[in-house]
Amino acid sequence: MEDVQSPAGGAGKERKLETPTLRCQGVVKHYGEVPAVDRVDLEVRQGECFGLLGPNGAGKTTLVEILEGLTRPDHGLVEILGYRWGGGDDRAFRERIAVQLQETQLADKLTVEETIRLFRSFFKKGRSVEEVIETAELNEKRRERVHKLSGGTKQRLALACALVSDPELLFLDEPTTGLDPQARYKVWEVIEDFKARRGTIVLTTHYMEEAARLCDRVAIMDHGRFLALDTPAALVESLGAREIIEFNVKDGFDSSGLERISGVKSVDKKEGGYVLKVSSISAALPELMAEIEKQKLKLVRLVTRPATLEDVFMRLTGGKLRDD
Amino acid sequence: MTKPGSSHPLFQLTLSRLRETIREPEAIFWVFVFPVLLALALGIAFREKPASKLQIGVEDQKGAQELAGLISRSTELHAVIISPDQEARDLRTGKLDLIVSRASPAAKIKSAAPAQVASKIPELVYTYDPTRSDSRLARLLVDDALERAMGRKDVIAARDQKVTEPGTRYIDYLIPGLIGMNLMGSGMWGVGFAVVLARTRKLLKRLAATPMRRSHYLLGFMLSRLIFLVVEVGALVLFARIVFGVKVYGSLLDLAVVSLLGSMTFAGLGLLVASRATTIETVSGWMNFIMLPMWLLSGTFFSYARFPSFTIPFIRALPLTALNDAMRAIMNDGLPLFSSWLEMAVLIAWGIASFAVALRVFRWQ
Repeated sequence: MEDVQSPAGGAGKERKLETPTLRCQGVVKHYGEVPAVDRVDLEVRQGECFGLLGPNGAGKTTLVEILEGLTRPDHGLVEILGYRWGGGDDRAFRERIAVQLQETQLADKLTVEETIRLFRSFFKKGRSVEEVIETAELNEKRRERVHKLSGGTKQRLALACALVSDPELLFLDEPTTGLDPQARYKVWEVIEDFKARRGTIVLTTHYMEEAARLCDRVAIMDHGRFLALDTPAALVESLGAREIIEFNVKDGFDSSGLERISGVKSVDKKEGGYVLKVSSISAALPELMAEIEKQKLKLVRLVTRPATLEDVFMRLTGGKLRDD
Repeated sequence: MTKPGSSHPLFQLTLSRLRETIREPEAIFWVFVFPVLLALALGIAFREKPASKLQIGVEDQKGAQELAGLISRSTELHAVIISPDQEARDLRTGKLDLIVSRASPAAKIKSAAPAQVASKIPELVYTYDPTRSDSRLARLLVDDALERAMGRKDVIAARDQKVTEPGTRYIDYLIPGLIGMNLMGSGMWGVGFAVVLARTRKLLKRLAATPMRRSHYLLGFMLSRLIFLVVEVGALVLFARIVFGVKVYGSLLDLAVVSLLGSMTFAGLGLLVASRATTIETVSGWMNFIMLPMWLLSGTFFSYARFPSFTIPFIRALPLTALNDAMRAIMNDGLPLFSSWLEMAVLIAWGIASFAVALRVFRWQ
């Protein structure tokens, strides 16, 4: 699996196979008394897409900006492509990484093409402006001014500005936040194109589907710490229950019998209803219905679905991933 | 149509700044149109009136007609007959510079000596405000005109030799000041506003994440300012020349050098003001705080010589004063560049100091 050849064809040879593209150890960053990032260790291999999943304020952006060399950590070690920020060669390493910040607004009055051309001029090597416009599907919008673009097109432009240097390592901070599903899908396609070129990605998101679709490994982050770190499948697996039953009944439900239903791993109360994690819906559902029948109560709502990263997050933090 | 590969970042940064500026209609108005309109308005308001005679009121009494006729013989004076109840107000509002009336004893004997104004020795009263120089001048001229008309013999034979100094009209004085003020405004706003906007929109941070040289970013501002400078100064100089006949008596090259220096100095000041501000409101406040005193003190619209003498050295140390003075030395007085060495030193000092401090404290995120 390990392939050290970098997309830019650069300094791969002398690096050992195990040398990670990105490594950080014991990274700490405080804003006042509150730790935004609290002792984080991480290794990302070449060609991997790594996701940081967490709610707003979890410290994802702070961590990413430390990795990008834009914020200095209070403690800890950060190594990008074998280099530590502030080692006197920052500019040379900026040639090899690319960054898409959360909520960057590019110059309003420039057109799409002019903006990409400007960013291209900062790099010694890279892809042609034409090629990147093609990749990011910006051809129709190339003469459009930035302030006239839709949210999705703006994000694709931001991606194009990052991709134009043909980076080895790409940081994406919430690349699809606030976009409608169709626009999000188009952004994913651009990111997947970069993955197909064997580029390494570090991505933050609070969308489940995004992490599940794009990321090879995911860290669940809250209050500046990693609560879990694994592949999306393994994280769901760790729940020990593959499926979820959510239901609401009229008041006066006695939940003490729920634990005895076959295959139930956990019972949680949520918004006046209950969430059961079960190993099999087909086994648990008839027993649940019988229990409700026995108490002579009316079922108001019933949802069954496979377990997702959101359930993992809920179990780990007791909170919701998104505020909505 | 598109060039392959990439061009130099400094070229692209400068080009971007130029594009952003010319695509902002408000910026175009404030930088190019507004100064021209201001010059036009002030030029018209303070234009040289061809018949700027002093206005003399002759109180409506017997013989007033003749008196007025004698006064009006002077090319500098214009006399009108005026009723006694109106004269006080006209004098106060500045419509009249001087009132001429007969002394009261003379009024008593008017029936005894009819129509003998020119032959008898009349007793006159001049009513005027001695703090107004026009009124004092009117008093002297009227007195002189009447004395001569009455037959006074001059003992000195003097003749006038009139000299028209270059750049003595108000508009000649005004235009260099407007250029200076405009260079200050567009330099400070052009750089300061754009930098703070880029910071609030996190564009500065995004740029800091690329290998772009930070000096290139700031140099891009300077270079684009340089290009606009030619248009800004050129438009005003040309406009003043065509509409008001304002000439540049010194060398155009010297004018260009001083403009360049002033522009860079104020771009540096703009950068300094914007170096840490994180909101447009903050930077606007600071800009006004810095520019407003200079508009008033630096001799843009009127000479700073009117301020108390102990303040003059401080006023002359202001960058806009230095720029305006150097501009006037070249445009109005036709002096060579080196005669303004002190002003240029002041500009360079402000420019270097602002750049040095701005680069040191500049906040990229």
